[in-house]
Amino acid sequence: MKKRILGLLLAVLFLTPLAAPAVATQGGEDGGEAAPLTGVTINVYNWGEYISNGVDGSLDVNAEFTRRTGIEVNYTTFESNESMYSKLVSGGANYDIIIPSDYMVSRLIDEGMLEKLNFDNIPNFQYIDEAYRNPVYDPQNEYSVPYTWGVVGIFYNKNYVTEEVDSWEILWDEQYAGKILMFDNPRDTFGIAQKLLGFSFNSTEESEWQEAAMLLKQQKPLVQAYVMDQIFDKMASGEAWLGPYYAGDAAILVEENPNIGFAIPTEEGTNFFVDAICIPKGAQHKEEAEAYINFLCDPEIAAANVDYIGYSTPESAAKALLDEEVVNNPIYYPPQEVLENAEIFINLPEETSLLLDELWAEVKMGGPGETATLIAILALFLALYIAAVLYKRRKAKREAG
Amino acid sequence: MKILSKIYMGLVFLFLYAPILVLIVFSFNDTDTMSRSVWSGFSLRWYERLFQDRMILDALRNTLLIAVVSALLSTVLGTSAAIGINGMKRLPRRLMMNITNFPMVNPEIVTGVSMMLLFVFGARALGGLSLGMGSMILAHTTFCLPYVILSVLPKLRQMDGHLYEAAQDLGCPPVPSFFKVVLPEIMPGVVTGMIMAFTLSIDDFVISYFTSGTTQTLPIYIYSMTRKRVSPEINALSTLLFGAVLILLLVVNLRQARDKREQKARREEAAG
Amino acid sequence: MKAKRAAVPYGIWMVIFIIVPMLLVLYFAFTTQEGAFTLQNIATVGRYSNVFVRSIWLGAVATAVSLLIGYPVAYIIARTRACWQSVLILLVILPMWMNFLLRTYAWMTLLEDSGLINNLLEALGLGRVHMINTQGAVVVGMVYNYVPYMIFPLYSVLAKMDPSVIEAAQDLGASQARVFWRVVLPMSMPGVISGITMVFVPAVSTFIISKMLGGGANLMIGDLIDMQFLGSSYNPNLGSAISLVLMVLILICMGIMNQFDDGESKGGGIPL
Repeated sequence: MKKRILGLLLAVLFLTPLAAPAVATQGGEDGGEAAPLTGVTINVYNWGEYISNGVDGSLDVNAEFTRRTGIEVNYTTFESNESMYSKLVSGGANYDIIIPSDYMVSRLIDEGMLEKLNFDNIPNFQYIDEAYRNPVYDPQNEYSVPYTWGVVGIFYNKNYVTEEVDSWEILWDEQYAGKILMFDNPRDTFGIAQKLLGFSFNSTEESEWQEAAMLLKQQKPLVQAYVMDQIFDKMASGEAWLGPYYAGDAAILVEENPNIGFAIPTEEGTNFFVDAICIPKGAQHKEEAEAYINFLCDPEIAAANVDYIGYSTPESAAKALLDEEVVNNPIYYPPQEVLENAEIFINLPEETSLLLDELWAEVKMGGPGETATLIAILALFLALYIAAVLYKRRKAKREAG
Repeated sequence: MKILSKIYMGLVFLFLYAPILVLIVFSFNDTDTMSRSVWSGFSLRWYERLFQDRMILDALRNTLLIAVVSALLSTVLGTSAAIGINGMKRLPRRLMMNITNFPMVNPEIVTGVSMMLLFVFGARALGGLSLGMGSMILAHTTFCLPYVILSVLPKLRQMDGHLYEAAQDLGCPPVPSFFKVVLPEIMPGVVTGMIMAFTLSIDDFVISYFTSGTTQTLPIYIYSMTRKRVSPEINALSTLLFGAVLILLLVVNLRQARDKREQKARREEAAG
Repeated sequence: MKAKRAAVPYGIWMVIFIIVPMLLVLYFAFTTQEGAFTLQNIATVGRYSNVFVRSIWLGAVATAVSLLIGYPVAYIIARTRACWQSVLILLVILPMWMNFLLRTYAWMTLLEDSGLINNLLEALGLGRVHMINTQGAVVVGMVYNYVPYMIFPLYSVLAKMDPSVIEAAQDLGASQARVFWRVVLPMSMPGVISGITMVFVPAVSTFIISKMLGGGANLMIGDLIDMQFLGSSYNPNLGSAISLVLMVLILICMGIMNQFDDGESKGGGIPL
């Protein structure tokens, strides 16, 4: 399936004059616009396992960008929207490109943490399908350009899970205790409990969140670990048998491991998500960052990229370059009834967001514990300290006397 | 050694080395699947891939740069601090030693978090600077300093304090007499401190994690590797690192052994 | 007199990079995000008392196991012929110079349900044992990473012990056990104390070992702090409050330990 894309790319590569590798060339073959930008390094902050990186003959997207424009890419990865947010607001790092999901994009917009994009520098935005323009999370489409989209489903090991997987409930099944993985981020994890309970992801009812938290606490003894990309490893090695994750990752998990299956609980509904490229406020190389966005939107690049990472592209032009097999695969491009019953995350009001943080910490850490216990611990230690001091004094006295 | 203690030591060393051995062996594993515990033939492909990975090489460069600069910085600062502390009276000396010991007993994560707060504060005050190489060098120098001081101080105590005064009495100005008389005496402590600082800096993860901004060092890169789809590249990397450390340690130990022999010879000379 | 001044740059450095950051932690712990004074953060820490209980418990178990494993090792090494001592000590140090993330990662491959130990057990017909993602696995990880910190101080105290004292006790008719309990152990107490602190402090505050080996149910204080600063629920104020409580706890522990330490020999440090 990867062959066609690769052939296409090779053709492109051979048509363009051979450029010196990596080190700044004149910006070269894609018109003069790139020339003044050379020698700059942009900081790109993306999800882990979320770009085609040149392994197994795939296209190395970042290297190709450098080759074409002379702009170097310092590429680092995050694990979840929330940890990306922490790193961003803690103020310790200046990024030029970030790729958060829908609800996080609107949160960042609300908090004034994104730059408005200059779409004159992103002509390839024209390839983005109408359906993905002006999305709920960025109604005027000023701050973001969709990167990929997808839905959430359950990966399972067919050797051990022989029943039909059609409900989130299976993640609460005691016969799989210790073999179940869960997301290591609050929205995705709570989302599963919410769908099982029939609630909306975006509820503002405290009681509904509390109920979902209760359900997750009940599940906790069965959960092997809360993970993100470690799911690849744990599912492939058979350490875990069941784990909810993003459909796109079936490209690696299911295709490399015939005994792993993927199912979407259509009845209860699932999460539909869009990850979008943004430029955070204060980015030092905005123009270069826009060149990067434009590059990623180039249908050929986008096609090669999603062909490797497996997520679904918001560009019909890119989709047209993909293999029939992929386009017709219901995992990557799910049928209408799945999408109809899927809900998108919307940024929560601050109050709910704080509640969620608190409940999430409780689910992960266990508890809530009693303040008295902590005071007791401190008191115990202090008492030990005093006892030690007294003991030493008495000993000193005895020795002296 | 009695047979029982031999067996015991054998078991302990098995415990200490088995995981490392496993890492090394599986770095040569020729596998396409992601399984980490099935052997399927010898191969060097992970090493090949490692050297093609630009990000690892960048991280290596950053790590070494930070380690060299912070080792030098902490050696200079630490040596002069040790001289100062050595010349202090009891009370201020105790105060200085307590400050010196504090980062060594304070949980690493708290040190890391507190420095992150400081650097973020500083970066904001200086107008949108980013944490990175600079903040990491400052942080690493800080946690290396106590180790330098603690390895220089004993040498200063062993030294005859009158030597320095004698040099000055003989008309040598303070600065040259420091370099000509004091420094040679405490050199072994200084070098040990510097090497210690260097290795501590290379190995540090926790404090770097909180102060790195967008810069990646090897430990930080390794951390992000363990959080993704694991590739035996990580094993290849650890094998190389282990080999490098092995060589470094051998050099240091040979040097120390030589020093000891020389010291012994000198003592014997003095006695005889 | 002038020597004292050499410590001034160091003093300034430590004020900026150790004391000011600690004050920042203090400030954040007692303020809201808007900067108003509050006790809410400290009060919220109480909700995580179970995390504290778990961390202290696991840290204490790991320390006890390290002591049990480390004491005989140190004793045996101290009783070996001098030329072998440095070799053995080097062998104990060596694994420590492999990056600790990699060491912990190696244990993951060993302990997994489909890992090497289980494969071995099955091949021997003993059946599989579930080890990973348990508290036991976390303790193993801690002991593995920190047992050298126990061995060094014990060794340096035991090696200095005058063998004639032991001989004297034996000559006076004391049994071996009695010699150990009444003579060797009391004399090695400074080493025991500093070993305990050197293992307990990092073990209690670790934030990687629990994540890698402990699965979902065994997270510790370090993980909680990480979560507030760079993890999935950003709240540096609460994170600072947790750090503060952790720090107080550790300082009290150090205080207790200092009472038992006679202060003569600061056992150990890390010999390179």
